[in-house]
Amino acid sequence: MNKQKDSIDKADIAASLQAQFNEFILAIYSKGERRIYIDIAPQTVIRATRLMLNEYGARFQIATGVDTSDGFEVMYHWAMDESDCVVTFRVVLPHEAAQVESIALICPAAEWIEREMWELLGIEFKGHPDMRHLLLADEWPEGKFPMRRDYEATP
Amino acid sequence: MSNAINALTRSLNVFHLAGSACNNCDIEILDALTPKYDLERFGITLVGSIRHADVLLMSGIFNRKAAIRAQELIAQAPKPYLVIAIGGCPATGLMWRDSYNWERPPGDFVKIDAFVPGCPPKPEAMISAVVKVIEGLRSGELVPGCLHTSDTVAGDPALETAGGS
Amino acid sequence: MTKRTIVPIGPYHALQEEPEFFKLHVEGEKVVHLDIELGYNHRGIEKLSESKTFEETVFLVERICGICSTSHPLACVQAAEDAGDIPVPERALFIRSMVGELERIHSHLLWLGLAGHFLGFNTIWMWAWRFREDVLNILELITGNRNHYGMMKPGGVRRDIKHTDLPAIASLSEGLKDPIKMFRDAVVQDPLIHARTKGVGILTREMAIAYGALGPTARASNYAIDVRRDHPHAAYDKVDWDVVTCENGDVFDKAVVRILEMFESIRIIEQCIEQLKKIGGPVDSDPKFVAAGEGIGHYEAPRGEVFHYIRSDGSNRPIRHKVRAPSFMNVPTNRETVIGATVADATIILAAVDPCYCCTERMAVAVDSSSGERMLDARDLIRLSCEKTDRLVADSGLQGPSLPIER
Repeated sequence: MNKQKDSIDKADIAASLQAQFNEFILAIYSKGERRIYIDIAPQTVIRATRLMLNEYGARFQIATGVDTSDGFEVMYHWAMDESDCVVTFRVVLPHEAAQVESIALICPAAEWIEREMWELLGIEFKGHPDMRHLLLADEWPEGKFPMRRDYEATP
Repeated sequence: MSNAINALTRSLNVFHLAGSACNNCDIEILDALTPKYDLERFGITLVGSIRHADVLLMSGIFNRKAAIRAQELIAQAPKPYLVIAIGGCPATGLMWRDSYNWERPPGDFVKIDAFVPGCPPKPEAMISAVVKVIEGLRSGELVPGCLHTSDTVAGDPALETAGGS
Repeated sequence: MTKRTIVPIGPYHALQEEPEFFKLHVEGEKVVHLDIELGYNHRGIEKLSESKTFEETVFLVERICGICSTSHPLACVQAAEDAGDIPVPERALFIRSMVGELERIHSHLLWLGLAGHFLGFNTIWMWAWRFREDVLNILELITGNRNHYGMMKPGGVRRDIKHTDLPAIASLSEGLKDPIKMFRDAVVQDPLIHARTKGVGILTREMAIAYGALGPTARASNYAIDVRRDHPHAAYDKVDWDVVTCENGDVFDKAVVRILEMFESIRIIEQCIEQLKKIGGPVDSDPKFVAAGEGIGHYEAPRGEVFHYIRSDGSNRPIRHKVRAPSFMNVPTNRETVIGATVADATIILAAVDPCYCCTERMAVAVDSSSGERMLDARDLIRLSCEKTDRLVADSGLQGPSLPIER
């Protein structure tokens, strides 16, 4: 184990994030020391991305889209490799206006996952550089999103 | 036995047509060709183009995107050829039958001559399949599916059983 | 004006969890643009998982990829354990690490063999796969199957490793040292492999970070991330090992990182054997349910970090299960590495991230007569690559790698 980095202790990450980002945090909770979940407003996604990339040097792992009864949740998972912690930013988008800013321009790693969430869940990412089908066939019927709860397979 | 069929009982050129597989069958196919099992002893080699193929090995399910390409590709294969389905997926669809990207079993668009079940089948099972297919061709019991006259296999009870379980 | 040609690679891939269709746009010999198309292997696993119980889900994710058939289940059960705060007995942790490392060795040998094949050195291919069989035999001995081991379950592992099997594993790891040294020497000392791979397909550290590259692809670019060290899980914080990194990020470094990692895997396996001799007890905490909540599990697969997110509502099925395989992050880096390279080098560059190799063996050949675009097929690509090796042999008088086996 050649771990020799100076890093924020994982117990302090939540406090540090709260200090840095306080006015935009809607809710924050830690599940153990290694997982932090933060609810933010959709408008602050870009700001949160910049914060994680520039201030913490975090690694973008992936984003998860979930269809819940309250709306579409989009979770951005960030790995803090030095501190053994995963920070998840969560935004909730209403079903009728599933739109959020794309973070692909400042974080190229997010380009493909935004395309995936667009085609499987129908969430629109504003300002995405190259929005087209990634996994499904090009001839996939428009307006049908298989990961949504109300999806019914065509007979 | 015609010359064309006779040729199918000798050194086989194998083309590996993988669909939406998990790769495991595909690695086991390559395993059958590499030193431990060494099917290459018998002149069985992988070829890079379907136009040189005697045998098509199909593995995995064929999803909506892959099925179209697979049909186009199979149309280019020179007759007579044999189709062997490797693994449980092309035979039954296994757990993928409920998926939104599942279209139909490959038995619907190509006549499959032999099934090698397993997840994944061991190389020994594939070798056994090759032996059985060659024996069937020699005795005349097996006629390559691509030579059947009707274009659909809907009425073929053997394939329906295999595709429906 | 130079005529622009499209070289399609794919879509029929077989060796990887994520088949891709690469369209190389080339002018003359030079690659000017790369288009990557996915979806030939999309089976809707995330949706299917919502209809399976937590125990069944493990078997489902095992079939994401036949090569990573420990990595995905391990990340998946860790996510379930994180969601439900399920304890894992210590003995199970060591068994998890050991099976994981055996899988890493077989995966890296597989990659090495195919890399040799693509450079025109089939000898390496056959030798590497020959020693890979020894690993598969051991996996069959301890798990019951050559692939798809079915070892993981939430709360532990599905079956114990017998004490009587430990000597066989020990003699395997001992017996693998010489062959891996042989491969290391064959690659590191061979001038011809240097000529084909050094300085080819360089991924800079900045680009590796920007694209979120993972695993050996990142570590070859001196971006030292390894989930086994950074986010300790299984028994990786209880054994002694090192993270292997290289400086340059070219194809050569990616090969070297993988070869050196196999030595680390052997170290880990040896320590796990010693620990398993000492630690007894159950291998499964046998949880009856996964409590409501959400959990994240990640594991360093042979290709990089596998990421699983599971949300449970307290029932016996996950209500959301997100899977991210490492190639999802690694494959886009090809857009940086392949531009400006020659077509003969493109094969090995695309292969160097270990996305899928055999891909090039089964591609559709299409000729677009209307636009006059000429398309090459897989055979042409491998031929181009092999011809370049032959040219180098003729020009320099170098010999291909010789493999002195003393066994």
